[in-house]
Amino acid sequence: MRYLCLIYSNESEWEAMSPAEIGAYMGEYNAFTKSVQESGHYIGGNPLQPTSTATTVRLRNGKVSMTDGPFAETKEQLGGYYLINARDLNEAVQIASRIPSARIGSIEVRPIQEIGPS
Amino acid sequence: MERELDALYRSESRAVLATLIRLLGDFDLAEEALQDAFTAAVEQWPSAGIPGNPRAWLISTGRFKAIDRLRRRARFEPILLADADRLEASIPAVAWEDPGVEDDRLRLIFTCCHPALTPDARVALTLREVCGLATEEIARAFLIGAPTLAQRIVRAKAKIRDARIPFQLPERSDLPERLDAVLHVIYLVFNEGYSASSGDLVTRNDLASEAIRLGRLMVELLPEPDVIALLALMLLQDARRAARSAANGDLILLAEQDRTLWDREQIAEGAVLVRRALARRTAGPYALQAAIAAIHAEAMTPEETDWAEIVGLYDLLLGLEESPVVELNRAAAIAMRDGPAAGLAIVDRLLQSGALGEYHLAHAARADLCRQLGLLDAATAAYQRALELTTQGPERRFLERRLASLQPR
Repeated sequence: MRYLCLIYSNESEWEAMSPAEIGAYMGEYNAFTKSVQESGHYIGGNPLQPTSTATTVRLRNGKVSMTDGPFAETKEQLGGYYLINARDLNEAVQIASRIPSARIGSIEVRPIQEIGPS
Repeated sequence: MERELDALYRSESRAVLATLIRLLGDFDLAEEALQDAFTAAVEQWPSAGIPGNPRAWLISTGRFKAIDRLRRRARFEPILLADADRLEASIPAVAWEDPGVEDDRLRLIFTCCHPALTPDARVALTLREVCGLATEEIARAFLIGAPTLAQRIVRAKAKIRDARIPFQLPERSDLPERLDAVLHVIYLVFNEGYSASSGDLVTRNDLASEAIRLGRLMVELLPEPDVIALLALMLLQDARRAARSAANGDLILLAEQDRTLWDREQIAEGAVLVRRALARRTAGPYALQAAIAAIHAEAMTPEETDWAEIVGLYDLLLGLEESPVVELNRAAAIAMRDGPAAGLAIVDRLLQSGALGEYHLAHAARADLCRQLGLLDAATAAYQRALELTTQGPERRFLERRLASLQPR
């Protein structure tokens, strides 16, 4: 079963980190990605640019409207994601708990809705 | 025969359901299969006799009935045909005697108490699936509408299915945390029964009894020290049930209870379990609370209570978990050991720190200590504050009586 792991953290905490701290953090991310690739759980994943680059789009009455920034103002922002394969929620949670941001932010684990005959 | 069938339903239906959930992989299908299996038993057993192993018969019949149901539904939803075929193919392979069967009830408990479900849903699902209470009974016990409760259960089952929460025992490394979640659910059920948070009765005995039954089942299935300690705690608290409220429903405090009404047999059972839990390793919070309850329960008069020992146990409890409520209880014990002034100093410090400002029992405790010290104005103000914060009928009446007793006659 596929699960999307949405990585939420506070962008200001990232901004407050020193280059050395960011380097160590990226190293942890690389190690995590490598481990899930090797174990066969990894399907895809990417970091996202900060929410200052985000645009929210709506179509209303045939007209496209755009607003600056993410859909909701929250303390933690979506900063990246992994798409993984896991046997069940227990395994998905076990994997998500190893994402480095789980320590300072939070990971939302969402099962993929499979469309059509499975 | 009817009585035998009733008794079998009570003793076997939850175990049969648990195994059917594992075999069928779906809560709703398993519940239908369980009902079908018992319907078949009612039809066949009076003439054919009760089979040698009723549980095995019910499980196997339930599974065949589930396959029938899937095949009938497959006429409208062809996708289900594959499920029916898969279930049928698995039948010879899964003997009912397989060692998993005994663990199925434990699997069911751990699944219903999975931390990915909301705490409310865990309680509702456990009472519904593990205890077999009807949705209406659970709703009545928690004073909420049956549709709300039914919705909660439907959502929880949908999450189990859609997010694929597995019907499994936790891995050894997850066991402590997962077991905590289970014990917490049982304790929540007990507390709601033991000290109803609202309504007109001090206790709702059905919930307390149900929690004790769950505790006994857990001790049977997984006799870990914390499990034994929780059962001990519940037995010891519940042993005072008959003495805790007057005939008109009024609350009676520990010191004023008629101790001859305490259930001595249950106290003896609880005390043995506390010792078992304490002997096996460093004591956890349930064991310490149970030990405190045992000291109260074993004192034949309030004066015999060993308050020094109780204060010591509260100190250990505070070492395990910082909790202002535990500190408040410790303050009450200190007042009994060292006098009301010593207790009041701690209660005031707790109230000033702000953690218990909205907790009615903190104000009630302050009021009681002020009353003992003759500070009647302060006692009146504190009883009034406690009253403002209380919704439960008997507690309100108790506070009103105390308040009235302070007025000069």
